[in-house]
Amino acid sequence: MSTLDKKAKEAMDDDTAHASGGGDNGAGGFIILFFIIGFAASMVLGWVVFPKLLYSQKQQPFSFNHALHVGEVDEGCESCHFFREDGSFSGIPKLAQCTDCHEEPMGETEDEAIFVEQYVAKEREVPWFSYSRQPDCVFFSHAAHVVGAKMDCVACHGHIGESERSRPYEYNRLTGYSRDIWGKNIAGFKNNSWDRMKMDDCAQCHKEAGIIHTSSVQTQRDACFVCHK
Amino acid sequence: MKHEQNHTTPMRYGMAIDLDKCTGCGACMTACMAENNVPFKEDESDKLVSITWMRIFELNNGKAFPDTDICYLPRPCQHCEGHGGHSPCVSVCPATATDYSQETGIVSQIYTRCFGCRYCMGACPYHARYFNWWDPVWPDGMEKYLSPNVSVRMRGVVEKCSFCFHRYQLAKNQVYLDGERKVPEADYQTACTQACPAGAIVFGDLNNPEHQVHQIVKPDSENGNKSRNPRAFRLLERLGTNTKVYYLSNREWVRRAGDNYLAHEKTGQVSKPHH
Repeated sequence: MSTLDKKAKEAMDDDTAHASGGGDNGAGGFIILFFIIGFAASMVLGWVVFPKLLYSQKQQPFSFNHALHVGEVDEGCESCHFFREDGSFSGIPKLAQCTDCHEEPMGETEDEAIFVEQYVAKEREVPWFSYSRQPDCVFFSHAAHVVGAKMDCVACHGHIGESERSRPYEYNRLTGYSRDIWGKNIAGFKNNSWDRMKMDDCAQCHKEAGIIHTSSVQTQRDACFVCHK
Repeated sequence: MKHEQNHTTPMRYGMAIDLDKCTGCGACMTACMAENNVPFKEDESDKLVSITWMRIFELNNGKAFPDTDICYLPRPCQHCEGHGGHSPCVSVCPATATDYSQETGIVSQIYTRCFGCRYCMGACPYHARYFNWWDPVWPDGMEKYLSPNVSVRMRGVVEKCSFCFHRYQLAKNQVYLDGERKVPEADYQTACTQACPAGAIVFGDLNNPEHQVHQIVKPDSENGNKSRNPRAFRLLERLGTNTKVYYLSNREWVRRAGDNYLAHEKTGQVSKPHH
């Protein structure tokens, strides 16, 4: 049989199949099945695999127990995270503040032992990863929010003061920014005011608080140089 | 959390530069570059790529010895107010990357918003804006000396003098802590002002009669903010850009050099608003 004949025979077979209507349901079922499998796979890829690829994790040098420390100090958060005289905010404490109490180990935890041996004894600063570090182009004034607007630390930082262990530091592999800025929820849902700290979240809170500036000529809203540098 | 905003009188930060005091030493340029993390190139003499937020120009009266005379003119961003904040660059920016603040009178530039079309550079009559043709390259270890208060720019965006706005932001922190309402004159000064050994640059709020710059310039708000000081002039004043950098000189030829005057025209005229 020549190739041409073969093709003709196949075409005839196809015609017969179509005419009888047999096999149509089976093929349609397969198409739907493959579609569902493909759809599910792309969903898993997008919602589970991609975020894992996008964010990388690092462990803090050692775990810090906020709850324990808040119980020991007198002035709450401000005992360690205070304003300097020039109005700037101290942020994560330097070694000098810690050594006021921690010249020698005060407790028996492993983490404190690491701290005293590797950092206090050697006079090295602890290379903490900052969860809340904003991008370089952002100017954030703690004084304006904490002193000026009398806001609570919890509004932006959540209940970090009650944490007993340091959670892993997650950062975006592309931008290098902490995951706390974009938020944990990959779909962008937000339940608490501290869930994320993007520019839209700043704007939302300013709007809710009724802070309406009209100093910008371009937008009739807040001028860019208020929060940018 | 609801609270009222204190609507204080708007400020108009500006400068008075005494050209008769300026010696052209360049300390203001150096201080500016160090303060604002301005990148430099291997060959800074190539003015097509070099970036100078503050730049000193040398003017001369074009006469032969012994009548020859020179004048050095420092040129920061002039922070034009135009009419109602519509400065040339702000009006043309398609990205809202540059903006005029009615609160401080400062023309801002947000590098992360800028996409580098350079329309603003074409619009600026003072060549105060610069384009980053290359990513900044700092000599080994020098990145540790960069100021954390000013963000560094990348290739492909426009940058310019900000009147050291970060210093205003930091001064505001102190104001909040002290419970005051306004930033004191001494707490917000630009780097070039402080660096000038001749004291030729005076910086402050042009709207505040207590500030030295107001007392020198005596701006006439009825007449397009033209200075009442006969020594003062602004660059290309008749364009109506309503700049906030005033220059002072006793020399008539210097004041004439501030604009394109025809032979029969007198200095010290200002255009009326077109609209």
